Amino acid sequence: MNQKRSFFVLTMMAFGFAFLYIPILSLIVYSFNASRLVTVWGGFSTKWYVALMHNEAVKDAAWLSFRIATMNATGATVLGTLAGLALARFGRFRSRSLLAGLTTAPLVMPEVITGLSMLLLFVAMEQLFGWPDGRGITTITIAHITFSMAYVTVVVQSRLATLDESLEEAAMDLGARPAKVFFLITLPIIMPAILAGWLLAFTLSWDDLVITSFVNGPGSSTLPVLIFSKMRLGVSPDINALATVLVLIVTVGIVTAGLLMARQQKRRELDVQQAIAGNQ
Amino acid sequence: MANARQDHRSEPWKDPGATPYVRIDKITKKFGDFVAVDDVTLNIYRGEIFCLLGGSGCGKTTLLRMMAGFEAPTSGSISLDGVDVTAMPPYERPVNMMFQSYALFPHMTVQKNVAFGLHQDKLPKSEIDARVAEMLKLVRMEQFASRAPHQLSGGQRQRVALARSLVKRPKLLLLDEPLAALDKKLREHTQFELINIQETLGVTFVVVTHDQEEAMTLASRIGVMNHGEIVQVGTPTDIYEYPGSRFVADFIGSVNMFEGRLIEDEPDYVRVESEDLGGVFHVGHGVSAAPNATVWVALRPEKIHILRDRPEGEGDNRVAGVVSEIAYLGDQSIYLVRLAGGRQVRVTQPNILRQSGGGRISWDEQVWLTWDSSSPVVVTQ
Repeated sequence: MNQKRSFFVLTMMAFGFAFLYIPILSLIVYSFNASRLVTVWGGFSTKWYVALMHNEAVKDAAWLSFRIATMNATGATVLGTLAGLALARFGRFRSRSLLAGLTTAPLVMPEVITGLSMLLLFVAMEQLFGWPDGRGITTITIAHITFSMAYVTVVVQSRLATLDESLEEAAMDLGARPAKVFFLITLPIIMPAILAGWLLAFTLSWDDLVITSFVNGPGSSTLPVLIFSKMRLGVSPDINALATVLVLIVTVGIVTAGLLMARQQKRRELDVQQAIAGNQ
Repeated sequence: MANARQDHRSEPWKDPGATPYVRIDKITKKFGDFVAVDDVTLNIYRGEIFCLLGGSGCGKTTLLRMMAGFEAPTSGSISLDGVDVTAMPPYERPVNMMFQSYALFPHMTVQKNVAFGLHQDKLPKSEIDARVAEMLKLVRMEQFASRAPHQLSGGQRQRVALARSLVKRPKLLLLDEPLAALDKKLREHTQFELINIQETLGVTFVVVTHDQEEAMTLASRIGVMNHGEIVQVGTPTDIYEYPGSRFVADFIGSVNMFEGRLIEDEPDYVRVESEDLGGVFHVGHGVSAAPNATVWVALRPEKIHILRDRPEGEGDNRVAGVVSEIAYLGDQSIYLVRLAGGRQVRVTQPNILRQSGGGRISWDEQVWLTWDSSSPVVVTQ
């Protein structure tokens, strides 16, 4: 019975992983294809990567994507952390559940809707105040912050929810004013969660296509936008190479965030154990 | 042991001229419609270990948190050493607290944890180092100064938390269930250590606990709380030997409670007829209650003698029964004796002699229970 079951589980797992990762694997494998034809294997080569290095449009797009992702991650982390703090710490203030709903709504909002509404907002604002002047890096960053902030909020809030509040009370009891308590106690303890949130926001921005394509302007093509527009001209091996680089960066971001959250989970379990020991 | 300690102590609460150090005046705390602390007035004197004792939800922790400044009272005031601290935020009060979870900062070493409060006062580094070292020595943790909290055992964490809360030399130290997280052996040991440290430093302690044994060992006085009110304040001996109500008698230690009717009411003794008991209590102290009033008689299990033979003569304070249960605990045995009316009485007897087999009273034996007329306590509420 047990043998059978483990066989079943293993088979399902193999199918699951195959389903998820064979497309990406084939992309990575073909990025090392020497042939110009995407579907014909012509031997191993790194020439498409070399070509990428000399492609100014790709380098510009990568640099733009990196700048947007960094600014977005930083902005989203500050706002998301503040929202997480408000939700986790200020008790049951009026319209708390409204704020909770509003901050997490972007998680489930269709990207097309978010992109379209951002575009309409930017056009209206430009007519009313003259800012933002056209669409480009500023509008893309703002649009990214609005949806990636929700992820930071959720990560930070869940960390704070399990943080023993008596730590903050103890610091206050020992003479630290509330602002100092935040910077000396709360912030260092939730730092792994904030870093994880930053990395999540970075990768979300890094690989976003739909919202970006609504709010970008001429000369502000991010990497995903560039890939998508190149795709219209047919699949070429250098796109495989570019996509592989993209996947690599996203993977590094997600794995690091995952490790941070796993560490934080361990820490939390330790906290819980201590709290249980404290309650006996 | 606790009693011996009180003998060489002054008892300022008995002196009407003494000034209370902590004065809690008509404090009430409401959370919405729920009254957590209900009109509590309490005086605590300098150098005391005052225990707030009660079950969960009785308001003891809320009262402690109001003394620390974490909760603002709905009404009433708290003053400390003559200064009204009711509206003072926790970071300005000369009060420190030891938390039940210890609340050690996980990202700081033991040394940094203890130094945290002194850093907030911006003391010179040399003084901070000296005071932290002195405090760690007092709690015997000096060799663990560079460890992180998660590298310490429960007892070690408890000592670091104590050092951290004492290092600022607070006027008042609040302890929330200080020993609850320790195992029994360590707890007993730590109780006496805590008393020694308190006597060395002379800091006034207020301890919240649900553990009556802990309260009896530590306290100079105990305030028993129930439903947000203080129902009795007194020394451990007072509370145990002279409970003022059924709740207190029942909460502290175990007790046999009999409902009865006052049939004779003299200044120096009363007699209470109890159907429960199937006999009459002769109680060697006066009671302020109307004749024929319904009263309750509390009788501690260890104050009852258990005999095989019928006591000589006739009289009160005796009753026959059958042993229905025996629990042998080593140092003592607990007997449950069923009276003629069906009521079970709990009796404990120390096992003074090492016995094997025959000599001991056993199940289903017919026995007599007697007690001294000074033993029962009559309560009217």
